[in-house]
Amino acid sequence: MSHATTGLKDHRPAPAPAARPSLSSRSLPRLAPLGFAAVSIALGVGVSLAAGWHSRTQWGLLSALIFLAVSYAVTTAVENQRQARDRLATSVVWVCFLVAVVPLVSLLWTTVSRGVERLDGYFLSHSMAGVLGWEASGGVYHALIGTLEQVGIATVLSAPIGLLTAVYLVEYGRGALARAVTFFVDVMTGIPSIVAGLFILSIMLIAGLEPSGLMGALALSILMIPVVVRSTEEMLKLVPNELREAALALGVPKWRVILKVVLPTAIGGITTGVMLAIARIAGETAPIILVVFGNQLINTNPFAGEQSSLPFYIYEQYKIGEVAAYDRAWAAALVLIAFVMILNLVARGIARWKAPKTSR
Amino acid sequence: MAKRIDVSGLSAYYGSHKAIDDISMTVEPRSVTAFIGPSGCGKSTFLRTLNRMHEVTPGGRVEGKVMLDDENLYGSSVDPVTVRRTVGMVFQRPNPFPTMSIFDNVAAGLRLNGSYKKNELAGVVERSLRGANLWDEVKDRLNKPGSGLSGGQQQRLCIARAIAVEPDVLLMDEPCSALDPISTLAIEDLISELKERFTIVIVTHNMQQAARVSDRTAFFNLAAVGQPGKLIEIDETDRIFSNPSVQATEDYISGRFG
Ligand SMILES: Nc1ncnc2c1ncn2[C@@H]1O[C@H](COP(=O)(O)OP(=O)(O)O)[C@@H](O)[C@H]1O
Ligand SMILES: [Mg+2]
Repeated sequence: MSHATTGLKDHRPAPAPAARPSLSSRSLPRLAPLGFAAVSIALGVGVSLAAGWHSRTQWGLLSALIFLAVSYAVTTAVENQRQARDRLATSVVWVCFLVAVVPLVSLLWTTVSRGVERLDGYFLSHSMAGVLGWEASGGVYHALIGTLEQVGIATVLSAPIGLLTAVYLVEYGRGALARAVTFFVDVMTGIPSIVAGLFILSIMLIAGLEPSGLMGALALSILMIPVVVRSTEEMLKLVPNELREAALALGVPKWRVILKVVLPTAIGGITTGVMLAIARIAGETAPIILVVFGNQLINTNPFAGEQSSLPFYIYEQYKIGEVAAYDRAWAAALVLIAFVMILNLVARGIARWKAPKTSR
Repeated sequence: MAKRIDVSGLSAYYGSHKAIDDISMTVEPRSVTAFIGPSGCGKSTFLRTLNRMHEVTPGGRVEGKVMLDDENLYGSSVDPVTVRRTVGMVFQRPNPFPTMSIFDNVAAGLRLNGSYKKNELAGVVERSLRGANLWDEVKDRLNKPGSGLSGGQQQRLCIARAIAVEPDVLLMDEPCSALDPISTLAIEDLISELKERFTIVIVTHNMQQAARVSDRTAFFNLAAVGQPGKLIEIDETDRIFSNPSVQATEDYISGRFG
């Protein structure tokens, strides 16, 4: 059977039936890939220098290609072709992993190393009131307040709407209405943030409203609701039907089954979904520019007057074009990343704490 | 307060597919009635019509009458939620609520219905767990999650959960088919005890089990795949297993088909 199905081009003479091949065979040491990597990086750098290339990206890509070729060739020679293919697949996965991780680490590293220069208590607790662009002073307090309030209001609006929509779609929705809701949620998922901003702006112009944090929160809600609906829907679908039936068979009304059995079972995943949605809208700049307008001063009232926000602040400082302003922009970027990071950690904590317990 | 079930002319549908056809039978109180028959002949479907769980399935629809003592479960003014409090159910696969502790699982029916007095809850939980022969095994870890128990313990936990709301009738859909022989025996013993207080209906694929635990046995069959299932006969278990009145029953029991 193995002769018929392997399909390998095996030109070796078939072993005589009497002499069965040994089960063990030559194999490379476990750390061989590290050796391959060292050799191929040396080769890659050498060739690149010889060819006079300057781009580090080219060096890296060349080394990666050499790494793939070397590990395949050596494994074919020492072990066999099946092992070599296995090695090739593993190597490709590793190379892809590095290609994906390098930009991420580099981004984090740059933000942290440049952000910490200005990040301190003063920066976090002062606004830009009366600070000129080139002065190494001022802070991010007003923008932090703006982000917290706008994102907070957007979450308070979107999380219940999104949650209830998802509950409707999974637990009740049948027929044309459910299909229509699903369709519109899909469409909303694809709305660019600038369009959400323009939509609110047009309403403001028609209704004669002034820019404020609330308008920004409304625009952010448009972006957040579909994300919450989608993720919550997936989580609710994961709740086994048996649990719903078990509760119904105890004579529990359906709404209580949803409230007391279905939602608690899925709450970990739902929280994670909401947190990811928050992370997504916390970085939006376009709607803020349009409908919140930006502000140098502290405005703690989200319902009246212009506000700033972290992404808007970064954009604004970058535009000034002075060294001190660049430093402020990097520090604000670090604050924004830390904000999203903390949210993610909180979400993971809640998910772990609330997850259905399976251990003894 | 075990009650008599009197079914007449009952058919059940999934959308346009008729799953069971024109079933009539009587289930005696304080007894165990076993349903046997080949897979797909509608035993589960019929069982679920007895506590109005069938209509939970999208497209599920029922025709006919199910009298519980002198009330029609399908009467126009009957609330299915109340029916399910009166007619409890245990499922094929143990399904304790994963977010709840052992105690909370047993208390779930009362708590979720909001119909309990706080100081009585602990007593009800203990009584139900004792009733399900599980108390001694779990009394030291009532606050641990129910999903940490073995399969057989989980199934007895589900039985405790079902009897905690004091139903009149207990329906069991292949309650032992996911369990090992020892746990199966524990549940069979339990069933024999529970029949003092409840009317019990049990679906089983295991002939010996039907013979061991039931007083009466109903044999279901279907003419062909895709055809609706029918009740072939229902009689004293001894009669069904020794001298059934229909040839198909004898063939099925002696293993000639199914
Ligand atoms: N959820 C469902 N939707 C549609 N058809 C179903 C569903 N459940 C069962 N059926 C059909 O109903 C018939 C009876 O099934 P079931 O009651 O599960 O049989 P049994 O429990 O005797 O094995 C089968 O033909 C099955 O295909
Ligand atoms: Mg079944």
